[in-house]
Amino acid sequence: MTRTERQNLMKGLAFISPWIVGFAVFGLYPLGTSLYYSFCDYDVLNKPVFIGTLNYQDMVVDSVFWKSLYNTFYFAIFSIPLGLILALLIAVMLNQEVKGRSIFRTAYYLPSIVPLVGVSMIWLWLFNGDFGLVNFALSKIGIQGPGWLTDEAWVKPTLVMSGVWQVGGTIVIFLAALQDVPRALYESAQIDGASAPVRLLHITVPMISPAIYFNLVMGIIGALQEFVRPFVMLGGSGPNRSALFYAINLYQNAFDYLNMGYACAMAWVLFVIIVLMTWGATAASRKHVYYGGDS
Amino acid sequence: MGEHHRKTSRRRQNPPSRGGAGRLVRFCGSALTLALLGWLLVGLPGCGNDQPDHTPDGRVIVRYWEKWTGFEAEAMRAVVDDFNASQDRIFVKMLSVSGVDQKLLLSTAGGNPPDVAGVWTHTVPVFAEKGALTPMDGYLRDAEITESDYIPAIWACCQHRGFSWALPATPASVALHWNKRLFEEAGLDPEKPPTTIAELEAMAEQLTVVEQMRGAETVRVRFPDLTEAEKDAKDFKIIQLGHSPKEPGWWLEMWGFWFGGELWDSDRKITAMSPQNVEAFEWFANYSKKYGRRNLDTFGASFGNFSSPQNPFLNDQVAMVVQGVWMYNFIDQYAPGMRWGVSAFPSALPAGSAPVTIIESDVLVIPRGAKHPDEAFEFIRYVNTRGPMEKLCLGQRKFSPLTDVSDTFVPQHPNPYIEIFTELARSTNARTGPRLPIWTEYADEMRAATDRMFADGATVDTALGDVQKRVQRRLDRVLRRWDMVQDDRLAEWDRQ
Repeated sequence: MTRTERQNLMKGLAFISPWIVGFAVFGLYPLGTSLYYSFCDYDVLNKPVFIGTLNYQDMVVDSVFWKSLYNTFYFAIFSIPLGLILALLIAVMLNQEVKGRSIFRTAYYLPSIVPLVGVSMIWLWLFNGDFGLVNFALSKIGIQGPGWLTDEAWVKPTLVMSGVWQVGGTIVIFLAALQDVPRALYESAQIDGASAPVRLLHITVPMISPAIYFNLVMGIIGALQEFVRPFVMLGGSGPNRSALFYAINLYQNAFDYLNMGYACAMAWVLFVIIVLMTWGATAASRKHVYYGGDS
Repeated sequence: MGEHHRKTSRRRQNPPSRGGAGRLVRFCGSALTLALLGWLLVGLPGCGNDQPDHTPDGRVIVRYWEKWTGFEAEAMRAVVDDFNASQDRIFVKMLSVSGVDQKLLLSTAGGNPPDVAGVWTHTVPVFAEKGALTPMDGYLRDAEITESDYIPAIWACCQHRGFSWALPATPASVALHWNKRLFEEAGLDPEKPPTTIAELEAMAEQLTVVEQMRGAETVRVRFPDLTEAEKDAKDFKIIQLGHSPKEPGWWLEMWGFWFGGELWDSDRKITAMSPQNVEAFEWFANYSKKYGRRNLDTFGASFGNFSSPQNPFLNDQVAMVVQGVWMYNFIDQYAPGMRWGVSAFPSALPAGSAPVTIIESDVLVIPRGAKHPDEAFEFIRYVNTRGPMEKLCLGQRKFSPLTDVSDTFVPQHPNPYIEIFTELARSTNARTGPRLPIWTEYADEMRAATDRMFADGATVDTALGDVQKRVQRRLDRVLRRWDMVQDDRLAEWDRQ
């Protein structure tokens, strides 16, 4: 490295140092310490005491841990595909040449910018078992609605349903991808007599597969970290812990029960789960994701 | 490729210069590095204690975090103002802080806590055991404050592991509140509340009104007037309920107290499964069997917020509730025309036993690492003298935790039943949540268990058995840690 290069490197580093310092202090350091604390008995107020893998062993026999994991997966399995399909369909519709298209686009994106806590409060009222609007509407067609937020069996489906309302972010990414699909492909398919659903399935979906893949990965990460809505709508755990999601369980252990060591261990387990699932999604979609420009 | 091309050509146009521009870049780089270094050396902004220690007139500033907002905070503020006016050495700066326990935890862990914090009695063992509070024994000795100055159950709330950690602000006890008009409508004597669990059950049934389909017609009847078949089918809608052990649902984990149950042996064993607790929760779960879980859920979903006219007790939906001394404030605000009464909630203890209540108290503590503990105690001591304490209790509409009460206190008090709450607090059966460092977790487990009994169809034995196992395992772990540190800890507390 010449003197100039070294100087340039130093200058470069100096200019990005705010980020480096920020990442080191607020990213790397907490990551490292949380890994260490996960092997400790740590309650925030006292010095951590090293206890080996006891936290991880406790997790294996902790029925509440498994319940929270089950709740989270239940939520993810329904909310991710539902969100993706719905977002894709809306994006395809918003991509049509119709009058007032930009108004529709704005309207469908709007829910995504509403603060989550405010939205949660509104869902709370809509899904009220006794005088909620949802049950009122159902009663008009002769159905007695369930106690959406009081009946253990309905709590998670309610959260899934209220979650898909905010798919605006996903829609935007799909929309952007849709604009890049060459018109020629549709035209030639049309000449060959392909119907609209066939064109969607065989042209649109393969052509925007990178966007689907990206949204899938983001969906997995988001769903496994679901926190705000169950926390606000069900006060943390819901009837018989039916809405105790992984992130809420982690938060309760860390800040309500002061089992910070255990919470750190939970965080690392969640990290491993997310890595594995993302890797799984990547492996599964490798043959199906088409990046334009590849040979 | 195009991008790369553009970058190269731009660079060619502006070759690295040894002139003005280059110097400027170098200067900027160095300045930035220096600034960053300085920033790191001085400490991250917001992490240091940059608050002034003294007022302009030289008084020591005591920082006081209080959990209350609203009229309770105003009542405390008035006492703080009086204290400040009486002082030329100390100035208390009170701040209403939401989520005070978590903020206290983090600020104490970070070494920058307030000097005084207003927390709850259940916070005391958790924080004390973890060494986050300053023991007050030395201060109490110097100030000649002793156990006999306080209602015993309240004094006990401030103790942990043989040390005193807090002094009370305002205490509260709970009692049965009943709606006299609904009693009259049900043909009951409005001045005679239930005195045994059996009477409570019978009255609750009489006070329960349901809508039942009979043929094509919907009729409104009282629960005892349903036929046995209708009671079994539970195909009715609850319009008004006599009593629900889930309303308001704030002490579900402690129902055992009214049956003589304990939640731990005051040492190392959890006793969630004691026969008295099992009996209590059989009684609790029986509500679900009697009125139907779905019916109760739907009815419960119609309740408005606690602090609103739609509170189920205030809008005649539930006739009898167990509530605290504060309930008067809400009745006064949202249902001023209501005719209501207060008495001890009936217990399953033998006739003639002292009445049962749960007692809790707001308390004032000095966190570990407080900058001005002596001045902090000076303020806490002031609050715990008769005049200021009565002013605070009248303002917050509670009763005084002190044994020495002035003659004017009760006549001045707006709550017509204040003496009943004081008497309950003095009862030998005035109980508190177990003073365990894992009580929050224990209470959550108990609540989850009550859900299971009510909804999941789990038997009381199974649900409580699971709590017993889980919480005992947690307690064992906490005690193992305590055993390792207790000698050091006790010696350290003794020194302080």
